[in-house]
Amino acid sequence: MSPPLLPDVPATGFAGRDLTCRRGERLVFAGLDFTLAAAGALVLTGRNGSGKSSLLRLMAGLTPLEAGRLAWDGIDVAEDRAAHRARLHFIGHADALKPTLTAAETLAFWAGMRGGGGDVAAALARFRLDRIADTPCRFLSAGQRRRLALARLVASPAALWLLDEPLTGLDAESVSDLHAAIAAHREAGGRLALATHAALALPGATALALGDFAPTADSGRAALFEWDAAAP
Amino acid sequence: MSFRCLVARDLRLAFRQGGDAAMVAAFFVLTVILFPFGVGPGPELLQRIAPGVVWVTALLAALLSLERLFLADYEDGSLEALALMKLPLEVQVVAKCLAHWLVTGLPLTLLAPLLALLLHLEAGGYVALVAGMALGTPTLSLIGAIGAALTLGARRGGVLLSLLVLPLYIPVLIFGVAACEAAAAGLAARPHLLLLAAFFALALALAPFAAAAGLRQALE
Repeated sequence: MSPPLLPDVPATGFAGRDLTCRRGERLVFAGLDFTLAAAGALVLTGRNGSGKSSLLRLMAGLTPLEAGRLAWDGIDVAEDRAAHRARLHFIGHADALKPTLTAAETLAFWAGMRGGGGDVAAALARFRLDRIADTPCRFLSAGQRRRLALARLVASPAALWLLDEPLTGLDAESVSDLHAAIAAHREAGGRLALATHAALALPGATALALGDFAPTADSGRAALFEWDAAAP
Repeated sequence: MSFRCLVARDLRLAFRQGGDAAMVAAFFVLTVILFPFGVGPGPELLQRIAPGVVWVTALLAALLSLERLFLADYEDGSLEALALMKLPLEVQVVAKCLAHWLVTGLPLTLLAPLLALLLHLEAGGYVALVAGMALGTPTLSLIGAIGAALTLGARRGGVLLSLLVLPLYIPVLIFGVAACEAAAAGLAARPHLLLLAAFFALALALAPFAAAAGLRQALE
């Protein structure tokens, strides 16, 4: 028997309802809703510390939910955590590269961990890394390391991409490579949520501005600190 | 498939970096060689303390490499990505422990009889020493994984790790030495070896869950 559909979320798409995130003693956001349609893109904006990364980690399941729920195609993701992990790619701030492994070995490893079926050569070509495929990662520049981290997206397929500041350190040409990869992903029905400060032209993307959540009664400490900061 | 992939990657990293495994083996050899200098070269005394010296030194050598077990993956962000793989983190802990044992526990097991020879161990004790090490060192890797996971992100994690893990190594030490001494004295080593096997089974069943919980805590 398949698990029941949640009533207040769309039957196709990735949605969060009434999400609350707490980091240490600080309430980052509360009562947050988002809906990501099939083939849709969600762009998270907001000042530093407004909870963009926290929301992405929440979506990935790296941080447990303080309150609220996440649903994939109408089904609570808590029903099958392994299936949720298998359908997503999360690229955070760290590039997750080993200094002694080559670019091709790195991609082959991550594709292998996801059960194979990926195309490492195509991923290298997509981010123009084929010329440095056999170079150990310790010799790569910051931009090349970032491109290699992003190439993991293409090296094995996943329905949901969660990208935290993917443009950091990328040159204009690499940004257009990422654009092309995202467009191909969405054309194939993939979903995407990304946090960014830079302007990224994504047709049909939904914007979600974080940081507009007023501190509630149970976050008196946070409210007090903000008042202190505002005082002359 | 992804289990093999993770073991292969860790082995490849260990061989390319090379330092850790060689350091553990060198520490083991050098420390055991210090004993004849410290207590005198008299064969009677060395013969009596040989099983204990080899085992205690092996414990300390195994401890040396434990801090790096998850730390490198934690620092470069790989651990975060690994935690999001379909393969459960508990199984990944077993894979990393297997790779860790292959580059530290196995060399220690193979070196132990040579060093015991240096300490004039009784002829009957060698088989029990190697069998005990083969059964005991995987347990050391598994218990160590718990400590390594719990001390991720702690300052001076290496010292804290030793304090956490060494008390848990005591049962392995006791029965490892007992097996070797019993065999050297012409008694049955089997009961002690069976207990070592039981510790290994227990650690294999429990340690991955404890270590995975520690890793998840560190990633939050």
